[in-house]
Amino acid sequence: MVGIMIAQTLSEQILSHAAGHPVRAGDVATVSVDLVMMHDSLSPSIIKVLHEELGAERVWDAQRVAVVIDHVAPASNIQTAEKQAGLRQWVRDQGITHLFDVGRGISHQVLVEEGLAQPGLVIVGSDSHSTAYGCVGAFGTGMGTTDIALAAATGRTWMRVPETVLVRAIGRFRPGVSAKDLGLRAARILRADGATYASVEWHGIDFLSIGDRMTLATLSIEIGAKAGLIPPIGPAASGLRIPDWLAVQAGADYVRTVDIDLSHLEPQVSAPHYVDNVVDLTELGRVAVDVVYLGTCTNGRYEDMAAAARILKGRKIASGVRMLVVPASSEGLRQAAEDGTLRTLLAAGATIGTPGCGACIGRHMGVLAPDEVCLFTGNRNFRGRMGSPQANIYLASPEVAAATALTGYITHPQDVLER
Amino acid sequence: MARVWMFGNDVNTDQIIPGRYAPYMLKNEHDLRKYPFVEARPDFAPNVEPGDLIVAGPNFGCGSSREYAPLALKMVGIGAIVAPLFARIFFRNALNLGIPCFTADLTQTLRDGEQVALNVEQGVILTERGMRIELPAPPSFMREIWSAGGIVPYYRAYGRFPGEQRA
Repeated sequence: MVGIMIAQTLSEQILSHAAGHPVRAGDVATVSVDLVMMHDSLSPSIIKVLHEELGAERVWDAQRVAVVIDHVAPASNIQTAEKQAGLRQWVRDQGITHLFDVGRGISHQVLVEEGLAQPGLVIVGSDSHSTAYGCVGAFGTGMGTTDIALAAATGRTWMRVPETVLVRAIGRFRPGVSAKDLGLRAARILRADGATYASVEWHGIDFLSIGDRMTLATLSIEIGAKAGLIPPIGPAASGLRIPDWLAVQAGADYVRTVDIDLSHLEPQVSAPHYVDNVVDLTELGRVAVDVVYLGTCTNGRYEDMAAAARILKGRKIASGVRMLVVPASSEGLRQAAEDGTLRTLLAAGATIGTPGCGACIGRHMGVLAPDEVCLFTGNRNFRGRMGSPQANIYLASPEVAAATALTGYITHPQDVLER
Repeated sequence: MARVWMFGNDVNTDQIIPGRYAPYMLKNEHDLRKYPFVEARPDFAPNVEPGDLIVAGPNFGCGSSREYAPLALKMVGIGAIVAPLFARIFFRNALNLGIPCFTADLTQTLRDGEQVALNVEQGVILTERGMRIELPAPPSFMREIWSAGGIVPYYRAYGRFPGEQRA
């Protein structure tokens, strides 16, 4: 990239590298892809397009396709079991080495834990929350069946280089407030389509863990973004392989800048049935819940379970409330088991599911009944998302989830910590 | 003539096809055609006719990457979708499947249930009330993908992606 004098956003840097020539926001470019992720839900259709429509016999590079069984894991019925069996056979036939089977966890979390997601890479996934890979400074984006089949067959994809919306955090969180609140606050300001066709860069969060960065990267799609990038700097980035050409450049062009002062941020709650329907928890009034669900690629990691455990320690969840914990990965579950986090959650009355997407897509493992209310640490509260279209889903942080489980209504973490 | 099906803002892919009705979950994948808007608008799937038009508010198709959402609309023969802003994954998926998407706000111009004539090639809608609506022309590479019948036939025909220079 020698000779480029014009400052570039992180997306422009990565896509220029992947295109092999300098590109700017608005350009349509064909880029090489470093990693293609496909999960169990769309893989059968991807494989069909690959072989039957594109006429490709093999994926372009068996080492650079990752297959994850996370969407219905373990299988919920004969159809899904049969399709998963077919997928495992296909993986063997193709010589694909990166298969992450039932129980390993959610694709995004797993690919980061495995070190497959690294700064500066272009990663396309058959899942809208593939923006997650921005947590390490990769350009991650979600695509559908046909685009993923084409990328898997050719190692390339076409893309309109996105403009960038800059979200700048200032200060530090108050107790009981965390990355989820920052993400929901950004959704409240930018709205569900505020970054459509654009990329989001999250600055001022160098102190956050990779996991907390993934909370923000996954929420980027909920404001419409193509990618959500966090610069790979700060203590959490020390183990990453950072290319020398990737860094925030002074003078890069941002179409919009949003400043959020963390030191004044209250816990945020996204009320039914849209992610950008966000209010301060204190404005919400009393909302009784039936289910508290801690999980997903947005907030189901070890640190999320640990944050909940710090609030639940020595306490019992309210009578009549069900608290489901579905870890984002087996590695997170192992950590929680080793340091006593899991014991605390179980002692408080929570129950644990197989690491994976769980009930986030409303297919199994905690589907909601009509009129049930769920406090969910996930990323979507769309009508019918987790089951009945008559259920109500509120999105909030793991800290709010734990406080809510203790009282039975949506509760500020400080209110239970001060009792 | 084609019927106008009017939808609101921020229509998400869970509304178009809930995750529980994914082909992955179905015994017979062809049943997908029975389920577009199964919960959000139950009168849609039984009454929609090939060529009908979806008119919606901004951010149509937000949410999941599930291509079976536009696929279900293709299976029932939707002629075009018109919205002032499309969510990007849905837009790509629809383009890849060859479903014409026009970026325009007709939510105040057309009415739900109204009969119109749609000419996709010319980008013109004529209404029974005598209105003539000209839709903004999509970029040329999109028209090329539509006329090829989607991105797969396009790639097979040209051996390259839109705008790609190949040695």
